[in-house]
Parts: sequence; structure tokens; C-alpha cells
Amino acid sequence: MYKIIEKRELNPTVTLMVVDAPLVAKKAEPGQFIILRVDEEGERIPLTVADFDRERGTVTIIFQIVGGTTERLNHLNEGEYIHDFVGPLGEPSHVDGLKKVAVIGGGVGCAIAYPVAKKLHQQGAEVHSVVGFRNKDLVILEKEFSAVSDVLKMMTDDGSYGEKGLVTDALKALIEAGNAYDEVIAIGPVVMMKFVSLLTKQYGIKTVVSMNPIMIDGTGMCGCCRLTVAGKTKFACVDGPDFDGHEVDYDEILKRASTYKEFEKREREAACNLFKKADGLQN
Amino acid sequence: MPNMSLKKNPMPSQEPGVRNKNFKEVALGYTAETAVDEAQRCLHCKNKPCIGGCPVKIHIPDFIAKVAAGEFEEAYQIIQQTSSLPAVCGRVCPQETQCESKCVRGIKGEPVAIGRLERFVADWHNAHSCDLPLKAEANGHKVAVVGSGPAGLTCAGDLAKRGYDVTVFEALHLAGGVLVYGIPEFRLPKSIVEKEIDNLKALGVKVETNMVIGRVLSVDELMDEYGFESVFIGSGAGLPRFMNIPGENLKSVYSANEFLTRVNLMKAYKEDSRTPVLHAKKVAVVGGGNVAMDAARCAKRLGAEEVYIVYRRGEHELPARAEEVEHAKEEGIIFKFLTNPTEILEGEGGMVRGMTCVEMELGEPDASGRRRPVEKPDSAFTIECDCVIMAIGTSPNPLIKNTTHGLETQKWGGIITDEHGLTSREGVYAGGDAVTGAATVILAMGAGKTAAEAIDEYIRGKQN
Repeated sequence: MYKIIEKRELNPTVTLMVVDAPLVAKKAEPGQFIILRVDEEGERIPLTVADFDRERGTVTIIFQIVGGTTERLNHLNEGEYIHDFVGPLGEPSHVDGLKKVAVIGGGVGCAIAYPVAKKLHQQGAEVHSVVGFRNKDLVILEKEFSAVSDVLKMMTDDGSYGEKGLVTDALKALIEAGNAYDEVIAIGPVVMMKFVSLLTKQYGIKTVVSMNPIMIDGTGMCGCCRLTVAGKTKFACVDGPDFDGHEVDYDEILKRASTYKEFEKREREAACNLFKKADGLQN
Repeated sequence: MPNMSLKKNPMPSQEPGVRNKNFKEVALGYTAETAVDEAQRCLHCKNKPCIGGCPVKIHIPDFIAKVAAGEFEEAYQIIQQTSSLPAVCGRVCPQETQCESKCVRGIKGEPVAIGRLERFVADWHNAHSCDLPLKAEANGHKVAVVGSGPAGLTCAGDLAKRGYDVTVFEALHLAGGVLVYGIPEFRLPKSIVEKEIDNLKALGVKVETNMVIGRVLSVDELMDEYGFESVFIGSGAGLPRFMNIPGENLKSVYSANEFLTRVNLMKAYKEDSRTPVLHAKKVAVVGGGNVAMDAARCAKRLGAEEVYIVYRRGEHELPARAEEVEHAKEEGIIFKFLTNPTEILEGEGGMVRGMTCVEMELGEPDASGRRRPVEKPDSAFTIECDCVIMAIGTSPNPLIKNTTHGLETQKWGGIITDEHGLTSREGVYAGGDAVTGAATVILAMGAGKTAAEAIDEYIRGKQN
């Protein structure tokens, strides 16, 4: 059992939790993830390590409430416990030796992009961050990004905050302004990563993306998270989650991600109804 | 006067047409009367060949004598001296090639039903005995076991019985390895596995779940920082193989490991499970081993109308146990022998709509002595299906190999050991599928037992 030390709402659908997990905190590196189960009947879901504190022995996770399990997770409060919390899993992001990098974060993907930007900043690299959200209400981690970035471009789809437009618009402008990046690191919705990769391919800039397919064990024993990279099958949980953005088959990933759509919809409704009932009893 | 019947007492079981719609145990077990009656078929012959056929050397005629006398707890105590998981072994061991293949009664007629008796005794103990097992006197030495499958649990149990302070590290949230994620509920109820693990805990074995050795802690850290004097690696062979044919990454294509993990470990067969699994109508399972049989029988129970086993060799070459094949056939599984898939076809929304296969014929024997299947020209045909499960084998997970300094492995990933389970690293032992590649539960248990002896000798030797 893993105690929730801190819980904070970052926006109406995104929550941050600091979890007491000393062994995970001791080894975690940016780019790695954990698998958790909310309770004894729970499914196993992967979440990226958003931050860690080796001395306090804590790991920070940031999640968007999208289904039954994240709904249930969001109903746990400070002082309560997550049943299982395994990690760190996956390969850490390789950022050694990079001098100038564009870090692109989309939506809740910013929670994964942030620790990478932070590590790059700590090792003295010039970090240009481009973060995108649908609108102003959904913006998260602005202060954190600002603290580790030499340039920060805030984008919203509707222009309600920062600049109006997509992250690819801002990235294109930065590249055309003469910024020569060693690498572009893009983390967010699959469609966003696909279009960032298409853009950078034109300029021949190496691009790394972080994949988030369906997972169960997260240790390489089932192949549920498989994807095609450069024509070969890879397991995101052990070979990734980072891959060369120019080699990934995005369309296949988008298809596979929708496998349990119907089930997930039902599960979310079931979870919501459960909490509505519980709230009704309390009031 | 022994019971001279030439036949074993039959095992009562659920009717095929009933059981292929539920996940309850197929075989129902002996009653006390049938067990005593069956036990009386043992002749207590002088040279006891049956013991030689058991990888963990259970004192078979001795425990059977206790069953014949109605002293079931005494029978359990005898089994327990050498076996840590009798309720499991009595169910999943291939007795026909082990203990029972050596039984003298089997020369004329059927052998004594040793497996069924072992299962009866273990179930009887688990249902009736409240006595805590006697813990061995602590000897003050710490041993770590990586992996809580059959090899690790056996090794841990044997060491605990010798007084060692044993901690088992398991990557998943439940201990048991293939016993909980692989073998389905209808062959091995999970409550049985849990009970066997509780029995080990009562002996003093500690079990730490959610511990992926190689990520959370390395083997070197276990020895250098946590003071374990020896480590046993029983991490199995859990990495699934795929065929690398077109269409293999379509939505409704599973590895058998994924499908079985969802169904067994995550209990996706239950209506209210929070882990989803596709309930397909026509399922093709590729492979001919026990895992393929398990996957096919699970798919049937999830409501599939047609389930095919697609196997590239013939019926005689099936690696699965004869009993499992028999059960699968009774439950309506359709066998397509000498058939090899070449492509999985995409249907609506990225789902599977069928699988193209070619017919095979058996050619000359290959290096393994089995006749190599050769493709018949112009024999392509399509099996209509909406789900494909790949059960063509697994290989050892590279995580431990990649994170343990100086641990030598075979090209295909198996850890290299001597006959006692010692690896290329002092104090580090290994056994089970991590060494041999995918094999059987009982071989893994035998390897765990051998390594426990070697670890005991090694640690005693260090003291002198």
C-alpha cells in the first residue's frame, strides 16, 4: 500500500498526486513510468513519473480523469492509499550530451515533458519549451516549465491564453527563426506527436516521442503495448516508451488505442454512478 | 488385501457442455472413500520406481499407505517433507510421464492415480487442518528469491524448512507466477494457489510483491546492500514470441500471455471486472502446447462460438498434455493440424476478419528429432475469425540478464548454470524456465529444489 502524501487539482480534469514510494523514488529517472492499481479489484494502468524526491522518498504522478480507473484514483484523498504502485519501468529518456533542445508538450503530456525539460536544464542545455492546451482552463505546469526553459511558448487552440495555434506552429516559427536544435522531444496526444514528427522530418531534426499504448504488466511479458518502429515490432514498456519519432507507425498506434473504447465508456459511467450514489448518501 | 482393479478410480468432473460455459474447476476431486479405495491399489513394491519418476522425490508409497489407513493429515505431512505445492502438482503435473509412468500397476492395467491422491491429500489438509506448520529454527542466513513462480516458491519453501530467512521478490501484484496469470481457474483455482502460498508464509517465507528486480533493485544490490548471501533467480520465460507475419499488430490479436493475464490474473472473465478483454465470436489460437489449449478453452468460456487450434505439425506432435487435448476436444475446440498462418487480415476498424493459412506436410526430422513441417505449394486458404491468439512460445525476459554484472546467458537468453543451478556468479543460482526456456511446472519445481540444496551447501561451506 502506497500513501498519498499530497493531492492537488491542476485543472478541472487533471490531478497531481505525491505518493510515498521510496524504492521507486530512489531509482526513477525522467521518461520512466509506474503501473498502479487503485484497489484490490482495480486494473493496472501506466502513468509517467512526473517528478521524484529521492530524499523524501516520494514520486509525483499527474493524471487526466478519462475513465473509470482515473475517476476512482481521483476520489482518493491525502492520507489514503493506492493499492499497488510498481516502478520505475521503461528506459529513461536519453538526454546526455544534448546542448540545445526543443521540448514539446501537449495537454497532460506536459506532465511527462516537464521532468525531461528539467533534467536538460539541470545539465546545462538550452531548453526551448513549447506547450499546448485546448484552452486557458486546461493550462498546467506553466510556472514549472518557465523555471527550466530559456524560451517558453504557450499555445492554446482557441487563443484564450498565450498564442493562438498549435504547438507545430510555434515549433515551425522557432526553427525558421534560425534555432538549430540537437533534438526535438515531443510528448502529448499521438496525433500531436505525429504532426511534430512530420514537421521536423522536413528539417532533418532528430525527434524523440514518448509512446503511451495500452499496457498491463509493464514488464515485457505480454506484448499488449507493442508498436511498429522502423518496420519492427517493439514493446513500449521495455524498449521504450521513447522512440525515434520519424520511425513510428502512428496510425497503427491510434487504431490499437481504441480496442476497448466501448468497455472504457461503460466503466467510466459505472464509476461515476458509484460516486454519485455515495455522494447522495452522504448529503 | 490390495484393491486389484485394473482401472483407476475415475475422477468426477463437470460435463463438457456445462463446463465450457463457466470458469469453475473441471475436475472435482476424489471423495475420502474413493481416495482410500484408490490408495489400496498401491502394492508397496520393494524398489518404489514411482519415486524415481517424481522430480521432487515425494515418498509416494508412504503417503499412499497413510491414505489407505484413512490418516490423511499424516499423509500430508509426508508429502510436505519434499514438496511445497502438492495441491498445485496434484493438478497440473503430467503424471503420465512422471511418477505414474513408473508405477508397477501400470504394466498391466492403469497405474495408481498418484496425482489424484496427492491432490486429495493436499485439499483435505487445506480444508481441515488449522495447525500452523512448525517453523524451522532460524539459522541467521538470508537468501533472496527472484520470482514467485513454481521454481521460486519451491526453492523458498525448501530453504525456509532448513531455517533460512527467505524473501521472495515478485514483479506482479500477486505471487504465483504462471500459476496465477497463466494456468486458468478451471484447471487450477486461484484460491488453491493462494492457500499454498499462505502455507509457505506460515513457514516464515516473506513475499514482496510489486518488486521488478532489474528495475527497482538489482541482483547486485540485493547482495551488496541488503545482505542476502545468495540469490535464486526463478524469473521464468515470460517474453512472448510473435510470428512476424503481416497483420500481427491488429487490434484483436493477442499474445497468449496477454490474453491469459487479462483473463486469469485480472479476472476479466467476470462480468464486473475492471480489466477488459474482447469476447470474440470466432477465435484462432496459433500453437499446440498447453498454453494454446488454455487460451482456446478460455476463449470458448468467454462465449466464442468457434475456437480453432491452428498447429503446423500433426496431432501426434502436439506438445500439450494428452489430457488437455482430450478436454479441449470434449469442450468443442476445433483442431486444424498441419496448418500454418501466413497473414492476419484486417477487417472493420482495425479488427481481425480472418487469417490466411497454408497447408503443411511433415518432411525429414530436424535437429530436435521432430519432423520438419514443409509448406504445400498453392494450398493457401482463409480461416474466418475475429480474434487471433499467438501461443507459439516465450523466451526469458532480458531484464535480469541486462542488469546483473557477469551473469552469463545463452544466445537465446537462458541463464547458464551447472547441474546444481549455479550461475557464472558466485552465490547466484537460477532454475526453471529462466534457465531452460518455457518448460513445465514440475521441472521448474525440481530445479528450485536442486538449487535450494546447492544454496544450503554453499552457505554452510562459507562458514567453515
